[in-house]
Amino acid sequence: MAATTPLVIAGVPFQSRLFVGTGKFPSARVMAEAAAAAGTELVTVAVRRVDLSGARDETLSALDLSRYRLLPNTSGARDAEEAVRVAKLARAACGTSWVKLEVTPEPNHLLPDPVETLKAAEQLVKLGFTVLPYMNADPVLARRLADAGCATVMPLAAPIGTNRGLQTRDQLRIIIEQATVPVVVDAGLGMPSHAAEAIELGADAVLVNTAIAIAGDPVAMARAFRGAVEAAALAVQAGPAGESLSARASSPLTGFLHAGA
Amino acid sequence: MPAPELDLAAVAASIGAATPADVARALRRDALDARDLAALLSPAAGERLEDLAVRSAALTRRRFGRVMQLYAPLYLSSECVNRCTYCGFSQELSIPRRTLGLDEVEAEADAVRAQGFRHLLLVAGEAPRAVTVPYLEAIAARLGRRFDSLSIETGQFPEEGYRRLVQAGYDGLTIYQETYVPEIYREVHVAGPKRAYERRLAFTDAGGRAGFRTLGIGALLGLAPWPVEAYSLALHGRALARAFWRSRIAVSFPRIRPAAGGYAPAFPVSDADLVQMICALRLALPDAELVLSTREPAALRDQLVGLGITRMSAGSRTSPGGYQDADAGGEQFAVHDDRAPAAVARMLEGRGLEPVWKDFDRAFVAAGGSTP
Repeated sequence: MAATTPLVIAGVPFQSRLFVGTGKFPSARVMAEAAAAAGTELVTVAVRRVDLSGARDETLSALDLSRYRLLPNTSGARDAEEAVRVAKLARAACGTSWVKLEVTPEPNHLLPDPVETLKAAEQLVKLGFTVLPYMNADPVLARRLADAGCATVMPLAAPIGTNRGLQTRDQLRIIIEQATVPVVVDAGLGMPSHAAEAIELGADAVLVNTAIAIAGDPVAMARAFRGAVEAAALAVQAGPAGESLSARASSPLTGFLHAGA
Repeated sequence: MPAPELDLAAVAASIGAATPADVARALRRDALDARDLAALLSPAAGERLEDLAVRSAALTRRRFGRVMQLYAPLYLSSECVNRCTYCGFSQELSIPRRTLGLDEVEAEADAVRAQGFRHLLLVAGEAPRAVTVPYLEAIAARLGRRFDSLSIETGQFPEEGYRRLVQAGYDGLTIYQETYVPEIYREVHVAGPKRAYERRLAFTDAGGRAGFRTLGIGALLGLAPWPVEAYSLALHGRALARAFWRSRIAVSFPRIRPAAGGYAPAFPVSDADLVQMICALRLALPDAELVLSTREPAALRDQLVGLGITRMSAGSRTSPGGYQDADAGGEQFAVHDDRAPAAVARMLEGRGLEPVWKDFDRAFVAAGGSTP
């Protein structure tokens, strides 16, 4: 497929607009194969799941870290204090100051806490982190996070793991219109068509985990998401034709000018 | 108080009266109401067990993924002031009684860690003189960051005690109500402070207020009719989740097994009953951890892992000191799946599930050691 313009986050170019998560897979091997099939360049890893103590960790050792930028996430943090503490641990252990900020105090739907997320983002930016915050699809919060110095905003399409697609479409559209930093649609994308729809809507990238991890064949599903995201990115670059509600002949009103020419 | 106040006779009646049509309706619903729940626990739903299992398995996979969290229990003490007819630690029994000293706890914990575990559940009877808040604080400090998650299945502390334990780094509290039928509760809890039903129920609330991230509940299966227990557990779990919205609910399914007291269950629970109960609770509490111990035999555990269970123990020893001395004696209950943790992990992998040894980090809790 023809190359599209790279996405740049905090000065780092990404050819792939598909980011992937590493949770919920049947094994570390399948996870690594799926990441490879996705053609991704950014892989997020939950600090709570990996052993950062220096011991050999299955998730981390399964990934070819020369191919991917590692994006540690603070999943499990219930407030800003915990998130900042975990981010510091990840920076020390993983050697990256990039962090996917997740503050999800409610364990059932894992919806992000806007107050604590903003607070943590402000602190982490001051501490020199490159912050990619997971957030609800709230346009005002997106502006606040961008103003705080976040490198992206990562609004959800639907609650994590629901696979319900762009339930927040209208809000996402406003976030994208107003964006001063890249918009990565995260969470809730269940099918490749959902990912394509997000990119076509104008999102700069998508992050997919559950839909790939629990698919019957995660590697094939990763490939499918890759195809959808690449196609949509190419379409956006090509310049969409726009929609029309009714079929229309080429120039019904002005065709007479050319009649008999 | 987030405890269910139920008319259990009415609950039993509605479970008994559920029709195949009620079951069919409940199986189609995304969110279960009380009538749906009763239907799924009914004999009529027993006829639709495969359909129930298919829904439960799919929901579990979507919410939790293809993973199974592993933990190990570490028995701290076999001392207990309560007389409970079903328990191997019951006060009147002549078994070797001991409470591990800090060095012994550390040695046991290291033996558990050497098997791969990073989530540890500390278990003890109710022994107000031996198993105290300072004792548990000292254990957390001693174990430091060797484990990523520390939980307790003991308690009987006032809220302030629980607060200190959360501060010390414990993230989970498990307290089984044993049975939600008050009359039966009083029959089986013969003497000791545990005899008070309401007091027992209040401990989980106190733990929720104190801020434990996981609140574990359970009924000891066999004491009372299981559908009533399951119904009560679902409502208790929902009430706790509403009241303590930052905490995750975990439900365990301990079935009565032979123990030193020689107690035979008054209401035996068959394998099919257990499957129905697990699957119905999954549908009733889609986000709850469902926990299975080594009380169950290996062959059954292997079948149950795909159905709704998200957390299981392995290689458990149920007497204080049991990890270093397998013949320590004085077990709380007999283990039926005695496979080594690595063998259980291989079984999980063979079934397409990733064994997860670490799903938390001590860095989340302030007491979890210094951050770099």
